[in-house]
Amino acid sequence: MSLIQPTRIDFEDPELSATRAELVRELRAFLPSDAVLEQQEQVQPYECDGLSAYRQLPLLVVLPRTVEEVQRILRLCHTRDVPVVARGAGTGLSGGALPRGDGVLLSLARFTRILDLDPVARTARVEPGVRNLAISEAAAPHGLYYAPDPSSQIACTIGGNVAENSGGVHCLKYGLTVHNVLAVKLVTIEGELIELGSGGLDAPGYDLLALFIGSEGMLGVTVEVTVKLLPVPERAQAILAAYDDVEKAGQAVGDIIAAGIIPAGLEMMDGPAIQAAEDFVHAGYPTDAAAILICEIDGTSQEVSEEVMRVRDLLLVSGATEVRTSRDDAERLMFWKGRKAAFPAVGRISPDYYCMDGTIPRRALPEVLRRTAEMSREYGLRVANVFHAGDGNMHPLILFDANKPGELERTEELGGRILELCVEVGGTITGEHGVGIEKINQMCVQFSPEELGQFHAVKAAFDPKGLLNPGKGVPTPRRCSEYRQLPDHTHRHPH
Amino acid sequence: MPNLPVHVDFEAFVNDKGKRVSNDLTAELQDRVRHAADASLPLRLEGNGTKSGLGRAVDGEILSLSGHSGILNYQPKELVVTARCGTPLCEIEAALAEQGQMLPFEPPHFADASDEGRSTLGATLGGTIACGLSGPARPYAGSARDLVLGTRVLTGRAEVLRFGGEVMKNVAGYDISRLMTGAFGTLGVLLDISVKVLPIPTTGRTLVQTCSPAEAIARMTGWAAKPLPISATCFDGEQLWVRLSGNHGGVSAAAERIGDEAVDDGEALAFWREQIREQRHPFFAGDAPLWRLSVPPTVAPLPLPGAQLIEWGGAQRWLRSDAEAEVIRSAVSAVGGHATLFRGGDRRSEVFHPLPAGLMTLHREMKRAFDPNGILNPGRLYATL
Repeated sequence: MSLIQPTRIDFEDPELSATRAELVRELRAFLPSDAVLEQQEQVQPYECDGLSAYRQLPLLVVLPRTVEEVQRILRLCHTRDVPVVARGAGTGLSGGALPRGDGVLLSLARFTRILDLDPVARTARVEPGVRNLAISEAAAPHGLYYAPDPSSQIACTIGGNVAENSGGVHCLKYGLTVHNVLAVKLVTIEGELIELGSGGLDAPGYDLLALFIGSEGMLGVTVEVTVKLLPVPERAQAILAAYDDVEKAGQAVGDIIAAGIIPAGLEMMDGPAIQAAEDFVHAGYPTDAAAILICEIDGTSQEVSEEVMRVRDLLLVSGATEVRTSRDDAERLMFWKGRKAAFPAVGRISPDYYCMDGTIPRRALPEVLRRTAEMSREYGLRVANVFHAGDGNMHPLILFDANKPGELERTEELGGRILELCVEVGGTITGEHGVGIEKINQMCVQFSPEELGQFHAVKAAFDPKGLLNPGKGVPTPRRCSEYRQLPDHTHRHPH
Repeated sequence: MPNLPVHVDFEAFVNDKGKRVSNDLTAELQDRVRHAADASLPLRLEGNGTKSGLGRAVDGEILSLSGHSGILNYQPKELVVTARCGTPLCEIEAALAEQGQMLPFEPPHFADASDEGRSTLGATLGGTIACGLSGPARPYAGSARDLVLGTRVLTGRAEVLRFGGEVMKNVAGYDISRLMTGAFGTLGVLLDISVKVLPIPTTGRTLVQTCSPAEAIARMTGWAAKPLPISATCFDGEQLWVRLSGNHGGVSAAAERIGDEAVDDGEALAFWREQIREQRHPFFAGDAPLWRLSVPPTVAPLPLPGAQLIEWGGAQRWLRSDAEAEVIRSAVSAVGGHATLFRGGDRRSEVFHPLPAGLMTLHREMKRAFDPNGILNPGRLYATL
């Protein structure tokens, strides 16, 4: 069994079945019958999120349509001490929406309305189940868009983005979800509706909005989000540079930043990732390269012309074996096509792959890539690297075959060691995917018992009974002391 | 531009009597807080004292933080600087400028606001982040809270904890560093702080137009909906000022689109830095209470008694007014904003906008989670926190 997977709870357990029947009866008193799912085949689709290695059938699923319904559901669960896991589109990659066998799975999938789009104030007020891309589509007629663009943006919801503080390829210039959300309405586990943020740029009191964003569904349930919209840049142009050495490519990233240029996107792929992507989408990548950089510059036409020339010159000086500049939007999108398809491309060359998400100071890139390659050999598992190079967020993809006995466990262990390496060089175990259930052990490496204790105190301020998404995000002291006693996991990053 | 990483570590320096003095005061500060917590004695946190007039008046023994100072790590290529809380902004900005970089949120220094001659150095990084103050660039480059990446915090339990870090993207654990920003020291002492920095734009140009307040708001919001390299806007009562920042081509083209008169660079710098960021504009002179109104940017000029100065594309409005707090607050609440008695007036009253009951309960719980004995700046933010 997996290292992390919590003990599975049997759906047919008699005691739970009795609890289920009672809850269903009480929920149906105020919810339409199609809003409560209790049969095994009905709840099956909710057994996992984007991290499908972990599965658990929920006790039952509720699909409310109104804020009042959410309030009543949470009040009921609070009274009855029933855990609640909120879920958007279920695209998360850290198991944050993994259900509890003894808990209610609260789906926000029916909250799909864009409530208000104000092109003059450049804001959109939306329900949590609205898809990330749908906001930009609705804003497009006004020349506006919503900046954070996680690779799941076609499917993922804004409520999930708030829970995870999602990023994307344009974070370096445009920030994460926390930089692009102006207000959130949430319901506490006690059923109280709370508004964070304001119609302006800030709100009185503590910045609970910043605290709430990225809290992985552990502090409250998002029922409305007001996002900031930005004007669509007049022009965007991409530059693709090939290198015969990963280190040179990493150096070039630093050179661009040091020259005072903040690209809209700055991505890097290593040899195995380039090869897989090229075989899949034929983007015209130089497959003999050890690394490629894709650098996108956006802004007004004049700004872009000037910056692109500078970046091009810098990349040539940095030792690139080839530098291409997109001549039109079609070619720009072609440069991106392979990068955007990198995950499924790797999926084609391996039965399974496991996507990691550490962030490191950029200067540590050569060391981290070298040591990752060493560990890859040690574990006999291939690793392809896709990297938001601009902001140091790396996504090593570990290739494995879940049908081979023990390979998933070895993959998890290798993944855990890569994350611990990120902490060792001054980085973090998660840049944008969240801790969820997946990185719960590595939290014990990144944080001291006192720091974890403070996280629990914050959680208790919102949810004293610990009913919202229990077991995710922040490990218990007991879990950490057990984990620290495992061989090879005794190193804590020195303060 | 030189690209070398800059490591500046002032673990110890020599004082005027030739004695080595450490300026890592973590242990001393931790002791002070521990004793205060044990005795339930309130502490009044203070850096260089430039913001002692902000927030509510606090009673308590002074916990001086200006000695805990020094830049700990500055990596220009990583776009991050880490410094101790007592480090003056001027010291940090000088180190950044050497590498062609800056603090993007343009915080005020308020160098002439404090007494006792400490003023010359101006605001510290710790005070700036604790008060969450940002300058003219805020709507375009982000706020203090947007740019904070990590903190080392001394809580009311006298624990030294580290949250966030020096990397741009980090979602491990709750975002305590941003929670601390603007908490006015009521949740913890910010010992060390890491903030994101950005390159100084190569070109800047400021244009001035004469128009009405309503027209100024319309123009500011109109420009914001277009991809223009705007970095600051202000309507000072008579004229609308707009600053463009970026590369030469971008700024020139945008200046042509916006039109009107460009002021020379010296005048532009004096206006944005001295008059607006540092609040030395005649609008800020005198004793009438100064209110800060944070509103949706599109809100029409608010019909309140007193003069107004509009910043941040319409989202921040300064008001000089003797009107009753209730009158100002209800007008601002009605348009979805909030009002702060920024300076002057009754500092024993609630100076920040009242919170709804449910939200206030969360605030009290949050305070208890970090400072159970209520010793850190009690009452600075709200009377009950």
